[in-house]
Amino acid sequence: MKSAVLVFPGINRERDMARALKLASGHEPKMVWHAETSLPNGTDLVVVPGGFSYGDYLRCGAIAARSPVMDAVRDFAAKGGLVLGVCNGFQILCESGLLPGVLMRNARLKFICRDVHLRVERSDTPFTRGYNAGQVIRVPVAHGEGNYEADEETLERLEGDGRVLYRYCSADGVVAENTNLNGAAHSIAGIVSERGNVLGMMPHPENHVEDIMGCTDGRGLFAGLVAHLERAA
Amino acid sequence: MKARVTVTLKNGILDPQGKAIEGALKSLGVDGVASVRQGKVFDIELAGADKAKAEAALREAADKLLANTVIENYRVEVLG
Repeated sequence: MKSAVLVFPGINRERDMARALKLASGHEPKMVWHAETSLPNGTDLVVVPGGFSYGDYLRCGAIAARSPVMDAVRDFAAKGGLVLGVCNGFQILCESGLLPGVLMRNARLKFICRDVHLRVERSDTPFTRGYNAGQVIRVPVAHGEGNYEADEETLERLEGDGRVLYRYCSADGVVAENTNLNGAAHSIAGIVSERGNVLGMMPHPENHVEDIMGCTDGRGLFAGLVAHLERAA
Repeated sequence: MKARVTVTLKNGILDPQGKAIEGALKSLGVDGVASVRQGKVFDIELAGADKAKAEAALREAADKLLANTVIENYRVEVLG
């Protein structure tokens, strides 16, 4: 799996992401500066990492979403290429129009930095095939604007088409008001694009991939991508 | 030419920051505050003197960057 990790000013999770990708695939990812107008040849996966691109000025992800490299990412996605956006990366993908909806301020206005449980809603996608449908995983979140919102019609379409892949839940997989840490519509933690090749999620699977991190539940996402690409090759 | 773009949240979009400000105003004893919605103001200086062109440029700026039209409305004013 040849991956490209985008780097914007103010991004700070790109090295965590690169480490997780290397661990899963054996290949060192290419770091791609935001001013580039093309992606490295043979890129299988583009990752938009977390952080605070442009200091979250204007709106989270708004300025990064309009940088030159994002045109290349849009072309890549239009051809079916896999794109993963985590945290600020999810915000950037929404702002760039690659995913519907918007990430609003957390409902209780607090920056939330802790482990959360996610329910994997289905396992038949490139981004979830390393898990079983209904499986509960534990991964960290660190965000102030993770409250996913979209209009009713969009939410209905996301649900109807099975495009919600990850949902905030309790340790035993129950989705309830009190497990919805940031107030997101339908407890949404991660969604895919209409074609299913672009995933945006607020939690950080890349931070739970090694024993020293205390948990390795995030590995499945990366292992699933590697398996998907190997099968496709 | 001076201009102003005002960006506000659409009706029905939850505004936690506005709610917090509303609560703070109430606790300060400011009377008669029914609700608060927070928005943004951009004061923009434009080169050139053509008002129609200026308005078009400001609309483009708002559509492309200043507002996220999924959740926000904007208003453009050329102040002269």
